[in-house]
Amino acid sequence: MRTTSIPDRLAANSYVTDEEQPHIRVDQELARRTGCGDRLIAVCPAKVYTREADGTVGVEHAACLECGACFAVADPGVLEWTYPRGGFGIAFREG
Amino acid sequence: MTAEPDFDVVVVGAGIAGCVTAYRLAQAGRSVALVERGAVPGSKNLSGGVLYSRGLEEVFPDLLERAPIERRITRNYLQLLNAESAVGIDYQDRRLAEPVNAVTVLRARFDPWLAEQCEEAGADLLSGVRVDEVLREDGRVVGVRAGEDELRAHVVVAADGVNSFVARGAGLRGREPLHHLALGVKAVVALPEERLRERFHLTGDEGVAYAVVGDCTRGVGGGGFLYTNRASLSVGVVLRLDDLVAKREDSAAVFDHFLAHPFVAPLLEGGEVVEYGSHLVAEGGLAMLGEVVTDGMVVVGDAAGLTINTGLTVRGMDLAVASGVAAASAVGQALDTGDTSRDGLAGYRRELLDSTAGRDLQTYAKAPAFLERERMYHDYGALLGDVLHRVYDHDLTPRRHLLDVARAELRRSPVRVRDLVRDGLAGVRAL
Ligand SMILES: Cc1cc2nc3c(=O)[nH]c(=O)nc-3n(C[C@H](O)[C@H](O)[C@H](O)COP(=O)(O)OP(=O)(O)OC[C@H]3O[C@@H](n4cnc5c(N)ncnc54)[C@H](O)[C@@H]3O)c2cc1C
Ligand code: SF4
Repeated sequence: MRTTSIPDRLAANSYVTDEEQPHIRVDQELARRTGCGDRLIAVCPAKVYTREADGTVGVEHAACLECGACFAVADPGVLEWTYPRGGFGIAFREG
Repeated sequence: MTAEPDFDVVVVGAGIAGCVTAYRLAQAGRSVALVERGAVPGSKNLSGGVLYSRGLEEVFPDLLERAPIERRITRNYLQLLNAESAVGIDYQDRRLAEPVNAVTVLRARFDPWLAEQCEEAGADLLSGVRVDEVLREDGRVVGVRAGEDELRAHVVVAADGVNSFVARGAGLRGREPLHHLALGVKAVVALPEERLRERFHLTGDEGVAYAVVGDCTRGVGGGGFLYTNRASLSVGVVLRLDDLVAKREDSAAVFDHFLAHPFVAPLLEGGEVVEYGSHLVAEGGLAMLGEVVTDGMVVVGDAAGLTINTGLTVRGMDLAVASGVAAASAVGQALDTGDTSRDGLAGYRRELLDSTAGRDLQTYAKAPAFLERERMYHDYGALLGDVLHRVYDHDLTPRRHLLDVARAELRRSPVRVRDLVRDGLAGVRAL
């Protein structure tokens, strides 16, 4: 199989991005204090989270596959995580 | 009583559990709203894809002729994967074809068909609508709120999957311990149908399901799978969240490792990734099944934690069906008597646990703990691989009896005889 990078694979997916209301927010202060940023970065299969140069956790919410793994492993309060508004977000064509 | 309900029943989530519940109730003449956050049903749903179909055939007798299924599974392949070797048990049986036992499905194609059946039976499908919370009055659930809109019903059915915010909002689920959850990472790899049939030795619409344990997860509790669809493969890993976090592994890297493994890569050769997805899996078995009934509400499918993972098979879809059937029956009776309180709906839990699926949950109650044994994921596969290597590798040393070879390899392996005996006994009891 042609080896593909994660961005390549995500590009093959179909998304309806909600530009107005991001569905994930990180409490940076709490993330820093609990040190749970690395956990978020490692657990997310879509590479939604990245470590920014200033040490904060970046969020590329448009790539999200809506599995909820990050929310399950985050220390309480670090993430504000909901499903995107109805009709928005990932739209699987295979599943 | 305040406002008169808009519907007898509001079902949140048009996955398998929600559709089966809605279909049965609509068929019985109830007014049903089926609310789905995806723009179309199925667009948010993902599974490995092997559906044990007999339960669903009881709901839709012509399922196999009419529904968009991929292949009938007639071959099950269990593979123990090591870094340098793989040991497989290849089980093929015509008896699995007649009557059909399991089929592969792709949920983004399958769920729309289910939702269509609900509509034909008279349910109102509201797609592209995310339910934000349950409405309560005097402590009982009286409906749901979605944005500005409120939908009131005698009974709300939470069928919103493993993350169930609806069940959480109603106080029926709390924060789930991580060992009750696993992360599924999956790709669908397109492969021309002819090529796929040749590669997996399949005729017609027959299919194969691979269950893989060992090196595919880099030692993280869980396993890999590879299932044949009509003209594609569903391939992925299921990783226990507690172990993934404890081992600080990167889920995408584990998945890549599986795809690139020398015993997996050739099966994917020439294919093209057409979709990449992830979803949580309920892994706790019976221990995860919480409260499934409260005043004015029942919880079905993954939202209730209904999954059985034996290591060889992952089952959630057939349990979703069974819970939908049980819930529809109990909700129907509660509507008849006019008592939709917790007591009036209590029949659901009983029916669920009495069903075949419910009894299976009890049978496999010890499976999750058994599968937490670390040895399962590398040592046994490696031991077996080493024994077979000694058997087949004619390296000009004199041959020894199989028993001696096995003893010698066992001595070299980290597995102790007492582990073998203990795990063997535990396995026989748990599975
Ligand atoms: C990688 C992987 C492999 C698996 N392999 C298998 C397998 O081979 N065989 C098997 O039987 N099972 C398998 N399972 C388990 C199976 O997928 C689930 O048990 C099954 O999908 C549960 O069905 P459900 O209807 O309860 O939930 P879901 O299918 O998750 O449906 C929930 C529905 O609710 C909707 N929803 C959620 N929240 C809201 C809201 N707020 N408002 C409106 N709608 C909402 C969702 O969009 C979705 O349509 C696997 C799971 C995974 C992740
Ligand atoms: S929900 Fe899943 S895909 Fe989305 S950010 Fe969290 S871990 Fe990543």
